[in-house]
Amino acid sequence: MNKKILIVDDEPNIVMSLEYAFKKKDFDVFIARDGTEALEIAEKETPDLILLDIMMPEMDGYETLKRVRNNKELQHTKVVFLSAKSKEKDIEKGLKMGADSYMTKPFSIKKIISDIEGLLG
Amino acid sequence: MSSYVVGLVIVLYLAMLFVLAYFAEKNPKGKWVSNPYVYTLSLAVYCTAWTYYGSVGIASSSGISFLAVYLGPVIALPLWTVVMRKVIRISKQHKISSIADFISMRYGNNRLLGALVTITCLFAIIPYISLQLKAVSETFSLISTKESYVSTGFFDDSTFYIALLIAVFVAFYGTLSTDTSQHKKGIIATVALESILKLSFFLAIGIYVTFYLFDGTSDVYTQASLQDNLEQLTSFGGLENGFNWLFTICLSFFAIFLLPRQFHVAVVENDNESYLRKAIWLFPLYLLLFNVFVIFIAWAGNISLPETVNHDYYSLLLPLQRNNYGLALLVFIGGFTTVISMIVVSTLALSTMVSNNIVIPYGFIKTLVEGNPEENTKRIKNIRRVAIFLLIIIAYFFYVKFSVQLSLYSIGLISFVIIAQLAPSFFMGLTWRRGTARGAEIGILVGLAIVFYTLFLPIISQVVMPNVKFVEEGLFGYAWLQPTHLFGLDYLTPESNAFLWSISFNTLTFVGFSLRTKGNYRERNYAEMFVNHENYGNLQEGGFIWKGEAYVADIKRLLNRFLGEQRTDRALQIFNKKYNISETEERADARLINFSEKLLTGSIGSASAKILLSSVSKETPISLVEVLNILEESKETKASNKLLVEKSKELSAMAHQLKAANEELRVQDKLKDEFLDTVAHELKTPITSIKAASEVLEDEGMPPGLRNRFLENISRDTDRLDTLIHNILDLEKLSSNRTDLDISEHNMSKTIHKAIKGVEQIATKKDVEIKFPDKKQVLAAYDEDRILQVLTNLLSNSLKFTEPHKGRIKILLKDLGKEVLVAVQDNGRGIPDEDKDYIFEKFYQSKNQNIKKPQGSGLGLAICKKIVESHKGTIAVDKEFAKGTQLIFTIPKGL
Repeated sequence: MNKKILIVDDEPNIVMSLEYAFKKKDFDVFIARDGTEALEIAEKETPDLILLDIMMPEMDGYETLKRVRNNKELQHTKVVFLSAKSKEKDIEKGLKMGADSYMTKPFSIKKIISDIEGLLG
Repeated sequence: MSSYVVGLVIVLYLAMLFVLAYFAEKNPKGKWVSNPYVYTLSLAVYCTAWTYYGSVGIASSSGISFLAVYLGPVIALPLWTVVMRKVIRISKQHKISSIADFISMRYGNNRLLGALVTITCLFAIIPYISLQLKAVSETFSLISTKESYVSTGFFDDSTFYIALLIAVFVAFYGTLSTDTSQHKKGIIATVALESILKLSFFLAIGIYVTFYLFDGTSDVYTQASLQDNLEQLTSFGGLENGFNWLFTICLSFFAIFLLPRQFHVAVVENDNESYLRKAIWLFPLYLLLFNVFVIFIAWAGNISLPETVNHDYYSLLLPLQRNNYGLALLVFIGGFTTVISMIVVSTLALSTMVSNNIVIPYGFIKTLVEGNPEENTKRIKNIRRVAIFLLIIIAYFFYVKFSVQLSLYSIGLISFVIIAQLAPSFFMGLTWRRGTARGAEIGILVGLAIVFYTLFLPIISQVVMPNVKFVEEGLFGYAWLQPTHLFGLDYLTPESNAFLWSISFNTLTFVGFSLRTKGNYRERNYAEMFVNHENYGNLQEGGFIWKGEAYVADIKRLLNRFLGEQRTDRALQIFNKKYNISETEERADARLINFSEKLLTGSIGSASAKILLSSVSKETPISLVEVLNILEESKETKASNKLLVEKSKELSAMAHQLKAANEELRVQDKLKDEFLDTVAHELKTPITSIKAASEVLEDEGMPPGLRNRFLENISRDTDRLDTLIHNILDLEKLSSNRTDLDISEHNMSKTIHKAIKGVEQIATKKDVEIKFPDKKQVLAAYDEDRILQVLTNLLSNSLKFTEPHKGRIKILLKDLGKEVLVAVQDNGRGIPDEDKDYIFEKFYQSKNQNIKKPQGSGLGLAICKKIVESHKGTIAVDKEFAKGTQLIFTIPKGL
């Protein structure tokens, strides 16, 4: 069965590239523009992994992560932050909040895919 | 009325005063005893029998001239806040206990001058006291059944016994302490009460006469106008009379400062100099009240009483004539109380002067140095008591001998003329540094001589040698030497004549001799200290006016003699503590000498204190230059202290500024960090997008349609990156004022049209209407490209935030005279209130840092603001505008 990945970002150009790359690797790809939308889709689809931007309109990445972690249905879902906030303390903060991994923009798609494949075993 | 009843009333009254004095003395700090009202009332000791009875007499025969005596004090009182405050401060600082002490200290503790001032006061006051006795005696005989008041022998004269009783009262309450600078609350309390009584009783008789015997003031006037001399009684007289007025006012002006009893109540007994503020208006009011009815009583007496009676006693005779004995007795008691207060305070002041300025320094000082403290205290007290009795007895004999010749008014004025001789040395001593002891002594002597010649000689010659004619013809037959019309001035009253010439020659000799002689160092130092008193107030014990060698043990022994061991030890302990001096210090310094001198001055007067201390110390002269140096030092200390305070204030202000600047820097730093962060973030987004797209483009199996979209994305993100970098640089340039504006005159309406044209395509695409209804031309000087940039930015924002198809954008242009206003309004979603003030900040992001703005660089409005500001204009969000957003900017037409 294909792994389900939910990509959450408000920059459509970035999403477009990621979507193409993951589909190519046989992921089932879902897309959300902000946190609220992401939670809706996550509840419905229970993705294996959520790739989450931090700075988004409406609900930001931190809040989204908190809600995902509070949702029993999603206890097996891994969450990876993907953010332009690349300072050490930002990374620390993200991991402390319970993200499984933290990746910074700009990124190498190849590396993201291999890391995520590693995370999902 | 039986003379025994009157006598009994007098005894009862005196007993009451004893009791009152006793209680006041027991509770000297009570607020009933120490307050500005008691102080003011005690000043009213100025009003004597002369006021109480004499004014009526004068008013009945020579009209309103009695008022002159009260105008002087009324004029003087406002000056008190300056002059009297200075006198009080100096006196407290030096423990001065009388006018003689004050003047002698000003001229370097001069013993002779102190004695001379005392003698002057004796000459002035003893006749004055006898005048009071005369009033008591005469009124006593009027009210009692006794027919004749001129007694045959003093042992059966009631006045003699009254005088003795007063002496006992003063001797008892006036000598409770040897330190004369200590306050005598008992006596002052009785004086204050007496001032209330005399005023009340006098007002009572005034009201009785005016409103009961007559039908009000106008009735008195109407009836009085039937008498033939009314005009004379109600006018000021001619120019000559004017001079008499002037001189009488001057006399009373001096008297309110210089009379020993006034100096005593006003200076020595002053608790608190703030009392002066009340006194300067209350005391004149008191005098006014006292004089309200004088004229009416006088007229009433002229109308109702026979010409033969003594006019002075109208106020007593009027009720007696109607057999109103009760009121008559009140008037008598009022007069009696007036007399007592005057005699009490005068003898108290005089006895202090006699003991401290004549008896001790000239006779007893040796005995005192050898005696032990108890003996000395007893001796000093006894000297004063004897002085009190002697003064009153001498006054009594003076009255017996001379009273027939003199009226209350004339003795009063003579007394004022004599006391005025102290005026030059007193007043000029306070303001003129050059005045010397020699000048003061000779001035007073010359003044007294002239007073004697012009005032006393005529009176004495009348009594002693009635047939010598020199009074009428002048000495040796020279008319210009005529005592009462000296130098041919024949329109002055004898008193004015005496005053004019005595005070003129007194002043001239004082000034002349002061200029010719140079006082010794001590005189000059005290002169400096009195004249520039404020400078010395804070000098330690006036530590500079003495220099020499002395031993603490000697000084201690000396103090022991007068203060007793206990008080001496206590005083020295306090002194040592205050100046941080070791108990074992053997050498005495200037401060101890001055401190001791002050302590002794209270007991035995300044002249004696000086003599005593010089007996135990070896004084070396100290020059005025040294004094001035010390003063300079003290001033410098003060000045440098002031400087230090200023510097420290400056420093703390600077520290404050530094802190603020630091804070500002920190804020700036933080802002810069935030800015850089944001810039980095904003740059990263398109770069990420480009990088990701180029990575997926490596996949060769990508369908061509999708490939083209990725390539387009790359191209758009590159543009975005370019705009962003351009904007950042632009803002940087505008912020550091490095942009050169290309300013020339343009038509704003044309520029707006250009801006609309620039965004027209997007607007059409979004189906948003842009309206610009104003057709008028508004010319202004600006950089058109820059303003176009602003307009385009505002329009783009509006387009961004309005909904497709429904959006409406409207531009308004207004000519404000000197400025041009442009408003861009839309019906979009508007800006939240809390953000309206911040949208012009670069990269301003709504409250939540993590929420991205919809589109754009985040620098547009910041750049707009900079551009408008570089045109010296303003830009703001219209907070009132509710149907969307309205941004308004104005720029001046001519830059």
